[in-house]
Amino acid sequence: MEVINEMKMTVDPRSVNEGFCRVAVAAFASQLDPTVEEISDLKTAVSEAVTNCIVHAYKVKKGKIYITAALTADNFVIVKVRDRGVGIADVKKAREPLFTTGGEDRSGLGFSVMECFSDKLRVSSKEGKGTVVTIYKKIQGKCFHEP
Amino acid sequence: MQILYKSEKDVLTVYLGGDIDHHTSREIRESIDGEIYKLMPKTLRLDFRDVHFMDSSGVGLVMGRYKTALVYGCRVTVANMPPNVKRIMQMSGLNKIITFEKD
Ligand SMILES: Nc1ncnc2c1ncn2[C@@H]1O[C@H](COP(=O)(O)OP(=O)(O)OP(=O)(O)O)[C@@H](O)[C@H]1O
Ligand SMILES: [Mg+2]
Repeated sequence: MEVINEMKMTVDPRSVNEGFCRVAVAAFASQLDPTVEEISDLKTAVSEAVTNCIVHAYKVKKGKIYITAALTADNFVIVKVRDRGVGIADVKKAREPLFTTGGEDRSGLGFSVMECFSDKLRVSSKEGKGTVVTIYKKIQGKCFHEP
Repeated sequence: MQILYKSEKDVLTVYLGGDIDHHTSREIRESIDGEIYKLMPKTLRLDFRDVHFMDSSGVGLVMGRYKTALVYGCRVTVANMPPNVKRIMQMSGLNKIITFEKD
């Protein structure tokens, strides 16, 4: 996949940044002329990944959230959301629908939503070191649907 | 983010608007729980008409209100979900325990 444009940003794990991160990535991806639905899906997936850094990775540890977004020649947006937080012991288990360590207000649906709203999702993690979530979203775009 | 209330007989309707995420759901949760406690409705109606964005935090919010309401003998219904909200809500299986009003 040939990258034609890339952006990086680093934010503090504060909940007020959730909205900023998803909107910033969506604005960057808008160069590929996505549909309203594609943008909405991308925002949702990014929001889930960033929220997990804040709620889980940096619940007790301190650190930053590192985000990169790359646009490819074949119309993919590839978003990497990385943290240096607590990490995930069992990624396979964490990705199961409804699995949560978060308690009352969490539904355990974040990874399911990311999978459902993207074309491919990669999660790699190391306990005590951190987690990288990579979201691949194909942008068919508006032109594709028009005659 | 918007939270407006309308109370009629035993039904408390909450008109939600804007973005529902982990950041905003805390304020929404505290507001709704306060209102349930004050008015003791028989039905809590959550109206999503003006919600532009919602992620899984919204599911947690609804699930949590279902549990809170249950303590007060109050049932929960959801209404007017835009397509993106509905998709997430359906993934959760919440439709098995709370009523999704027909559009
Ligand atoms: N960045 C992360 N760092 C550490 N643990 C994580 C991270 N992301 C996810 N997890 C773990 O994986 C579990 C599942 O995550 P998922 O997003 O699917 O659900 P949730 O965050 O618990 O609930 P929801 O997203 O519905 O609010 C979390 O409960 C947490 O234990
Ligand atoms: Mg989550």
